[in-house]
Amino acid sequence: MESIAEKKSYQVNDRGYYGTFGGAFIPEMLYPNVEELRENYLQVIADPSFQKEFNDLLRHYVGRPTPLYPANRLSEKYKTNIFLKREDLCHTGAHKVNNTIGQILMAQRLGKKRIVAETGAGQHGVATATVCALMNIECVVYMGELDIERQAPNVARMKMLGAEVRPATCGSRTLKDATNEAMRHWINNPVDTHYIIGSVVGPHPYPDMVARFQSVISEEIRVQLKEHIGKETPDYVVACVGGGSNAAGAFYHFLDEENVKLVAVEAAGLGLTSGHSAATVALGKPGVLHGSRTILMQTEDGQVTEPFSISAGLDYPGIGPQHAWLAASGRGTFLSATDEEAVQAAFELTRLEGIIPALESSHALAVLGRLGASENETVVLNLSGRGDKDMGTYMKYID
Amino acid sequence: MNRIVNLFQNSNQNADGGLLNVYFTAGFPELNDTKRVLKALQDGGADLVEIGMPYSDPVADGETIQQSNDRALENGMSVRILFDQLASMRDTIAVPVLLMGYINPVLQYGIEAFCAKCAEVGVDGLILPDMPMDVYLDEYKSIFDAHGLLNIFLVTPQTSEARIRQIDEVSEGFIYTVSSASVTGSKSGVSGDMEAYFEKLDAMNLRNPRLIGFGIKDHDTFVKASSHAAGAIIGSAFIRVLQESTDLENDIKTFVRGVKNSSEAIPA
Repeated sequence: MESIAEKKSYQVNDRGYYGTFGGAFIPEMLYPNVEELRENYLQVIADPSFQKEFNDLLRHYVGRPTPLYPANRLSEKYKTNIFLKREDLCHTGAHKVNNTIGQILMAQRLGKKRIVAETGAGQHGVATATVCALMNIECVVYMGELDIERQAPNVARMKMLGAEVRPATCGSRTLKDATNEAMRHWINNPVDTHYIIGSVVGPHPYPDMVARFQSVISEEIRVQLKEHIGKETPDYVVACVGGGSNAAGAFYHFLDEENVKLVAVEAAGLGLTSGHSAATVALGKPGVLHGSRTILMQTEDGQVTEPFSISAGLDYPGIGPQHAWLAASGRGTFLSATDEEAVQAAFELTRLEGIIPALESSHALAVLGRLGASENETVVLNLSGRGDKDMGTYMKYID
Repeated sequence: MNRIVNLFQNSNQNADGGLLNVYFTAGFPELNDTKRVLKALQDGGADLVEIGMPYSDPVADGETIQQSNDRALENGMSVRILFDQLASMRDTIAVPVLLMGYINPVLQYGIEAFCAKCAEVGVDGLILPDMPMDVYLDEYKSIFDAHGLLNIFLVTPQTSEARIRQIDEVSEGFIYTVSSASVTGSKSGVSGDMEAYFEKLDAMNLRNPRLIGFGIKDHDTFVKASSHAAGAIIGSAFIRVLQESTDLENDIKTFVRGVKNSSEAIPA
């Protein structure tokens, strides 16, 4: 028991912090909403009827468990043993739906009548609009005006699903501004509305709640890996990180096993020193963004800077507080991949395995050659989403 | 004595008709307008002034104030420049001055250095809406106290009675009473619901006086709010005056006089 007491914890503590990161840095207008959630979320999640409904929907609606696929040709190329966790096969095309299912059930149990969400590329917006259609709940999604122009197919999907898509017209008109607008909407509608945050960001308890809903990824990996190689733990778990929800889910059940290397891959955009990057850990400093103390990209004066990445899902100037703590404590290894490297990795996977990955997941694929994994080691890579939504970008690279 | 505490102790609300606190964004409309606006507010009769430190992501604020923040940042405004602009303000400014802003720029400046600088230039209190109460009490209160700075907390119609009591306990100066569930500038007027909420607060017999903000825009709303509190706060409506102004000093004085006393004629 001594060793447990001494061991560093990577999970949230009872005050809502991961080491020095986390907390709830919110205006008083949001305090009752967040407090209501904080007081209830653990109890609601632990409730057997919640668990049953959540697991049934994950199985019969989302299509879980998603396969853990031994990628033989990819493994041959990198001279190690690579398994792909196929979150790209989830309903709606990415892991995002694991969280929106959990949160819509949470919202119902808290008696909420309406949902508000933010979205960047539109994946979280689609996943939110999907569960709102499923549960017949009114849905408002804020999306940066610029992203609405860039991601027309997802805007159409959300509208077809019955969501109202509202443009965020202030600031840079991208994800961070959509998040501001969603928070303002929640301030203006505090009683009957639940805010479904799409990543492991925001005030406590959001990062922990979203990580719990995504933790099904690593829960399944353990079981599936045992079937494949006879043990539950790989040597490496690799995932891309914007806010960090797919990584949080893939890391969750390995956090306390220090022999499992946790590798998070950020979007370097045009390059770390180009001034057009979204690699928060590489370029950011500790501060407060969207309700939590974390690492964020900012000017010397503490103004939040505009990130850049080819992948809209990684185009965020912050990172979840748990990831900030994994980075600061050394438990996680944070790498980055450029736009160019990600696109190359996408084509490589497509040609070797016949799987077209999302641009986000391609960032994780791009570091396979840099891990230093040996022939005897096992790498699990979380393939967080599929590339259908990115065909417009990929087409530009086809000859 | 802190100027804010002094103001509330010595004001006679019945005779003076309520205290007026006006918010404006530093470095807006132009970078070097900060002191001009401050002086004109005092000359016009504002009882307290709240200077906003512009921030890229002001989540508690509506469109009007966000746009003024964006403009100020484009003008090159920063906390550093603000302190330079306010360096000798106490030569001419007697009213209490608060700084309002979001916590990240303050943290990047350094909380200790920030508070020391506030004291040096003569700032009396801070409003940092996204600073949690427990973090303030555990980490920052001793620093605020050492520099004679008051921290102003907010309450809203959704704040529970127990929490209002807790906020009253740790507050000094006044309590910022948010009139409705909204960001700044999004709703106007004082509704029946609001009056019921103000009356509930009144009946709680809190230690601290209250100023009502959000939705206050003119003489009528100011008078109505002041009948339920020690006074009121105007923000977005004043920012709109600045946006449209062609003669800052005159327009500001006219606006403030008009809010405090509608019978005073609009000067030529």
